[in-house]
Amino acid sequence: MGDAESVGLLEKKYSRRSFIKGVIAVGATASSTGYLLGGAQALGAQMPGATERLITLNINGQDRRVDVLPHETLAMTLRYRLNMTGTKFGCDRAECGACTVLVDGVNHYGCSMLTHQVRGRAVTTIEGLENPDTGELSIVQQAVLEQGGFQCAFCAPGFIMSMEAMIRVNPNPTREEAAHALSGNLCRCADYDKILTCAMRAAELARSV
Amino acid sequence: MAEKLIGTDIAPPDLIAKITGRARYSEDFRPDNMVFAKLLLSPMPHCRVRGVDATRALAMEGVIGILRAEEVPSREGPREACLTDEPHYEGEPVLAIAAITEEIAADAIEAIDVDFEPLPFVLDPLDSLRPGGPTAYTDGNRFARAPDAEQGDGPVWSDFKWTEADFAEIDAGRMPSDAVAISNWDKGDVDAAFAEADLILEEEIVHQSVTHHPMEPRTNMAYWENGKLFAHVSTQSAQRTKAAVAGAVGIDQEDVVLIAPYCGGGFGSKIAGTTPMQIPAIFSRKINRPVMLRITRYEENYVGRARPGFQAWVKMGFRSDGKCIGIDLFIVEEGGAYGSGDNGTAGAIADLIYTPENMRFRAVSMYTNTPPKAAQRGPGGAQIVSMLEPILAKAGRELEVDALQMRLINAPDPDVAFGPRGSTLTSVHAKEALEQGAELFDWAGKQALSGRREGTKVTGIGVALSPYTAGSRGFDGLMVIRPDGKLYVHQGIGNLGTHSISDTARPAAEILGLNWDQVEIVWGDSSRGMPRSSVQAGSQTMHAHTRANHAAATDAARKIRQIAAQSLGGSPGDYVLDNGRVFRRGGGAGMSFAQVAERAIQMGGEYDGHELPDDIHRETVPAATMLAGEGLMGVAKDNYGGRGGVYTFVAGFAQVELDVETGVVDIKEFVGVTDCGTVVHPRSLGAQLFGGCIQGMGMAMTQKWVYDPKYGVAFANRLYTARPPGFLDIPLNMKWAAVGIADPQTPVGAKGIGEPPVGAGAAALTTAIADAMGTCLCRTPLTPDIILSELEGRDPAFGRLDQHVG
Repeated sequence: MGDAESVGLLEKKYSRRSFIKGVIAVGATASSTGYLLGGAQALGAQMPGATERLITLNINGQDRRVDVLPHETLAMTLRYRLNMTGTKFGCDRAECGACTVLVDGVNHYGCSMLTHQVRGRAVTTIEGLENPDTGELSIVQQAVLEQGGFQCAFCAPGFIMSMEAMIRVNPNPTREEAAHALSGNLCRCADYDKILTCAMRAAELARSV
Repeated sequence: MAEKLIGTDIAPPDLIAKITGRARYSEDFRPDNMVFAKLLLSPMPHCRVRGVDATRALAMEGVIGILRAEEVPSREGPREACLTDEPHYEGEPVLAIAAITEEIAADAIEAIDVDFEPLPFVLDPLDSLRPGGPTAYTDGNRFARAPDAEQGDGPVWSDFKWTEADFAEIDAGRMPSDAVAISNWDKGDVDAAFAEADLILEEEIVHQSVTHHPMEPRTNMAYWENGKLFAHVSTQSAQRTKAAVAGAVGIDQEDVVLIAPYCGGGFGSKIAGTTPMQIPAIFSRKINRPVMLRITRYEENYVGRARPGFQAWVKMGFRSDGKCIGIDLFIVEEGGAYGSGDNGTAGAIADLIYTPENMRFRAVSMYTNTPPKAAQRGPGGAQIVSMLEPILAKAGRELEVDALQMRLINAPDPDVAFGPRGSTLTSVHAKEALEQGAELFDWAGKQALSGRREGTKVTGIGVALSPYTAGSRGFDGLMVIRPDGKLYVHQGIGNLGTHSISDTARPAAEILGLNWDQVEIVWGDSSRGMPRSSVQAGSQTMHAHTRANHAAATDAARKIRQIAAQSLGGSPGDYVLDNGRVFRRGGGAGMSFAQVAERAIQMGGEYDGHELPDDIHRETVPAATMLAGEGLMGVAKDNYGGRGGVYTFVAGFAQVELDVETGVVDIKEFVGVTDCGTVVHPRSLGAQLFGGCIQGMGMAMTQKWVYDPKYGVAFANRLYTARPPGFLDIPLNMKWAAVGIADPQTPVGAKGIGEPPVGAGAAALTTAIADAMGTCLCRTPLTPDIILSELEGRDPAFGRLDQHVG
């Protein structure tokens, strides 16, 4: 293949359009849908409105009316519509678990669920773990505080939600079982040993309640 | 008595915020009228923008503006700008669009027509050295002062090439040991050492480039108010990042308010901030609205940084007792688009851990059209340790000397002098770390396991020593005891999760006789006052800022005693400080710190910071001046001094099981023991030690860059294609310990820990795998295909010296 030919292919392969599509696929596209309501409305106006936009979500025990685009992810709705920034974007695409939330008590990646999928279901985020009346930390949070868990802690909200799910399913895990239960979450500081100690302590506290 | 703080486990004061979701990282701030920027990234490894038509994009509803390369600062030569019309790597930002939503910005980017002219590119530094080979820059591959330059002449471009004869060697899979280098130094007579040696080993080395990938991408947000820039930066440091932002934007650093209370990891990629942090700063000035630049993981892969890869050749000569007497090391470094210099440290560290009397070091770092390289935890050291330690173990097998004995006989003593300038160190307890680790690991007992085969699984054990710089001197401490009686320690270092933001304040509390709940840490917002500080990098802060805070607290204690003596009689030396009070030794009159603070404000002068010491840094002065009059001020420069470099050592021990049918390696056990001086915060130290070691394991086993050689674009560009270790990749029963001998040249005795564990984790693994294989393979990552082709005697699917391959 001559140089000119390969260059031509290169331009074809990486046309602006296909390249940008690659860049903003799934996560970025969904995540960019309107931090401001005005933006969402402007965008919505361009779409034939097949899906109801104004929906009710149950977040941390409260019903919230929220204007949501059909392709919007739960993590995006939480962060940019409800201003609940405890749920983090680490990868936008189900690789790291920083956006983990509970849906009906089960841990899910918030970046990989459409907000419309959680209508009628109970969503719990890191902001919803403390007792709303007393402000008391949840058992998992108490365990993490006691054991000094996490370093940079950008992964912490996701890990803590996975620990909450774990103690519901298996309150008496071995270290291996706990590691498996948390293996969908990534900690780049690699504070795994301490995170596991926190998870085991959380399970211990859960058993004593 | 106030509680003892040094050496105890105390959770950092920000932990509740971190576990409740209240901790705010850069992407968590939402000023009114904030808009989103989105980047247009280069689709090619090297190209020129011939034209941009943004008409359609700018006409879209919700689009606010565009930022082009000519609107941002740039400098001549291979120096990075935040936007460019001549990208030198795939993914380099070309322009930015701002819109009221991120999706509109992304749509607008798609509506821009860019005419790119593709240019020749190079991915592998060896290709750039080949006669007639491509260069990363149009004008050449080397930017340096010419040999015949006159005084005042700047650097110029030239072409640096090796010979056809050199490449005949390279094409045969051998590094040409007599090729021309750019950097070199030597000591002793390495040829004479090889003539004397009982054993000589020669190896080709390929160490891959590894992306940093902190959990938080380098998202930044900025706005301007009353002529001041409010910069929300994801950064490892703080006070020093403020200066970096100001310099990049071209304003006085007193006109920057840096807000960086949390940083989701950096590992060397966000030292004094990042290049993309300039974009929201400049863009928000242009459009007069706050700009959020959210970096996605995909973008982070490119605009984040990576550890440079090495292609190298080494020759090591040993005496029959295992002592290394000569090293000849030649490193070719992949410099990426904007250059890197890990090789120098690599050479010095090779000298430090093998203590040969004779050494020759040569290196070439070449620009390549790959994403920019930067320091990554243990830069240079981690690479060379993980490549050379298996050779040491191999020499031990040939000489029939135990690998631990090999390690001990070659380890440095406290009087070591190493590297091109014969550097000395403040304290060295490497041998104690090795001996303590051997006991914890049961090295003697595990000898029987080495090479044991059960079914398809073969056990290997390995030991490695990894040193790195771990301290610096001469920064300032700043603290105020306010009329509420509490000590407010103002920290100019960053908060990236090492806990040094609070741990370095402990000596201050101890000197002032305070319990920890009487201490508040002030950090993360430059408008609250930050002293001149070290960058939060190179494992410096534990050493540098226990010293600086020690100095400032000593200053505060002196002032407290003087105030007490003036108020209550006697001489300052009669007074002791404890539990938030100053009182006369042996009982008698006393004052609370709250009263002392009130008195200091009344007295003014040096007591409340209206007069400052002459020797503090000029960048500390505005902060101290702002705080003057608010209480009793402790402010001082670290004048404790010291001779020699500050280094921490980590000894790593690993046991692995290698499946000879699949090439899969299972790490069964790991032990890390460090010589890092006095232990300030045991639990956090253990976490740093394990975390660094596990990062090293990922480097040794899985993480890599893979490029399409035809088009120069990356195949491995997300976490799952270059995966860092997760829970299922690591042993669950890791153990750590610290030698715990105080460094004699620093008042608290503590050295840093961040860097050296990475090399220890990586090298313990490469040596253990080599032990299981009965040979050594100086190539990482040690993926199953590479291990299998070696075990089965097959040629791998690529050349022995090739970089960036699957």
